[in-house]
Amino acid sequence: MEIYDLTIHEVRDLLKKKKITSVALVEKVFERIEAVEEDVASFLALYKEEALEKAEVMDAKYAAGEPLGDLAGIPIAVKDNMCTIDKNTTCASKMLENFVPPYDATVIKKLEDEGAIIIGKTNMDEFAMGSSTENSAFQVSRNPWNLDYVPGGSSGGSAAAVTAGEVFGALGSDTGGSIRQPAALCGIVGIKPTYGLVSRYGLVAFASSLDQIGPLSKDVEDAAIMLNAIAGHDERDSTSVPKKKINYKKALVNDVKGMKIGVPKEYFGEGVTPKVKELIYKALDRLVELGAEYEEISLPYTEYSLPTYYIIAPAECSSNLARFDGIRYGHRAETFEGIDDLYTKSRNQGFGEEVKRRIMIGTHSLASGYYDAYYNRAMKVRTLIRDDFDKAFEKFDCIITPTAPDKAFKIGEKTDDPLAMYMSDICTVPINIAGVPAISIPAGFVDGMPIGMQIIGQHFDEETIIKVAYTFEQNTDFNKRATL
Amino acid sequence: MALSVKDVEHVSKLSRLSFGEDEKKEFVEKLNSVVDYIEKLEEVDVEGVKPTYHALDIKNVFREDEVKPSFKRKDILNNAPDSEGGCFRVPKVVK
Repeated sequence: MEIYDLTIHEVRDLLKKKKITSVALVEKVFERIEAVEEDVASFLALYKEEALEKAEVMDAKYAAGEPLGDLAGIPIAVKDNMCTIDKNTTCASKMLENFVPPYDATVIKKLEDEGAIIIGKTNMDEFAMGSSTENSAFQVSRNPWNLDYVPGGSSGGSAAAVTAGEVFGALGSDTGGSIRQPAALCGIVGIKPTYGLVSRYGLVAFASSLDQIGPLSKDVEDAAIMLNAIAGHDERDSTSVPKKKINYKKALVNDVKGMKIGVPKEYFGEGVTPKVKELIYKALDRLVELGAEYEEISLPYTEYSLPTYYIIAPAECSSNLARFDGIRYGHRAETFEGIDDLYTKSRNQGFGEEVKRRIMIGTHSLASGYYDAYYNRAMKVRTLIRDDFDKAFEKFDCIITPTAPDKAFKIGEKTDDPLAMYMSDICTVPINIAGVPAISIPAGFVDGMPIGMQIIGQHFDEETIIKVAYTFEQNTDFNKRATL
Repeated sequence: MALSVKDVEHVSKLSRLSFGEDEKKEFVEKLNSVVDYIEKLEEVDVEGVKPTYHALDIKNVFREDEVKPSFKRKDILNNAPDSEGGCFRVPKVVK
């Protein structure tokens, strides 16, 4: 096994035992990046020199015997929709190609406070709108398991980078599945935390009532370590919730005895392939052998989740993206006649097709005459969807479903059919609508491509889903490395 | 309700976007497939259901009104496509 195949906790142990230096880790990942990045195309920006300088500082701290956290001196990547001071933050959009934030997102600060070394920014679907990373204005990332396939999206660059061993862990953002779906398609672990657990300050907003930042990692322990680093109330994000700090590493317990799992039949219906269904039921049987019990349940409003999502998310996006007007920051057209023409031309040139489509859908659904029929109705259905989960959690500790309805699809396969692309999020969007946490972990393979299992918990009960995920991972052999 | 080319023109004006004739037709087609899909919500009985604007019941969040340092003007204008004398510069907006 190569150094780049190791997990965060494994290299942390090597660092603490002084068997490796942070500088050597940075050098190793950059060697790996040089070897595979041409194929995988995960990164939009890399900071090698700065990373090496920071690694030297961390090595000095290790040498001096300073007490250091789990991420100290370890290379991490972040999705390019999180603001990094003095470093371009593009959202994979021409609109923000030259945008240099004057501040760091809270999660960036938190990672750096832990001593993590941010080595680069990862590719994504433009403004996080997409499920394949093909909507990036700059490049198409590829799935390290098979380069003809998409890595999923929108955090596809983060997922591909971790899977290919280009970095030890990465942050993504998840509005309707954008952490969990790429994690599933790449065979790694991804957590969408409870809405309000992680600060969104400095995350370029897509749909503010759904967006949440979370980790993508090689195993569950790494995900817990990363979540420890980024969780917590932030006065700069009024939707982040003041709560007592939880050490998620304490949830890494290999035990599901007596755990009650709900299995909603709606997540195994139309669109979910028989092979995926079979695999998830096998996984459930394994959990039963380990002492858990499951019961098939119904979350009756599930079928309305995706249409609800495609009202809420575009409505919020059309409002959030109204700020891109070519005046204060972002792209401005070179020639224009008057202010309205400046707005229109700048936006037309700056935004890609999918972003425009969602702005149009959102504007339409918020327009007078339609507001009640679309937006207000969606807000009410949202209540019903959330109630479904609340009721289920009265009886069950967690809910298990597939993360995505199928294995990764081929590059170009769904680009002409927006609705087909939206369907790949059918198992993940209800979770954002309800605001509950969910983790995706590897559950096996179909035709040589990884499949993810989604474990959903109650609001702010990340511990239970981490515990179930950890137990499954410790007792199975699906957590494998892509051979690239 | 299916969108027409005219609807697309209206919405694009509200969105400060514009499309060529061919693009408009393509947009009508792709938007309509999405609009048809979201109209599925019409079958849900929402009588008496309260709307959920946020997944968590967060009420207004207050803090002390203390003066704190803010960004430097220069740092903010750094990203402006055009600025002059410490201000954003825009084309003439009054007729």
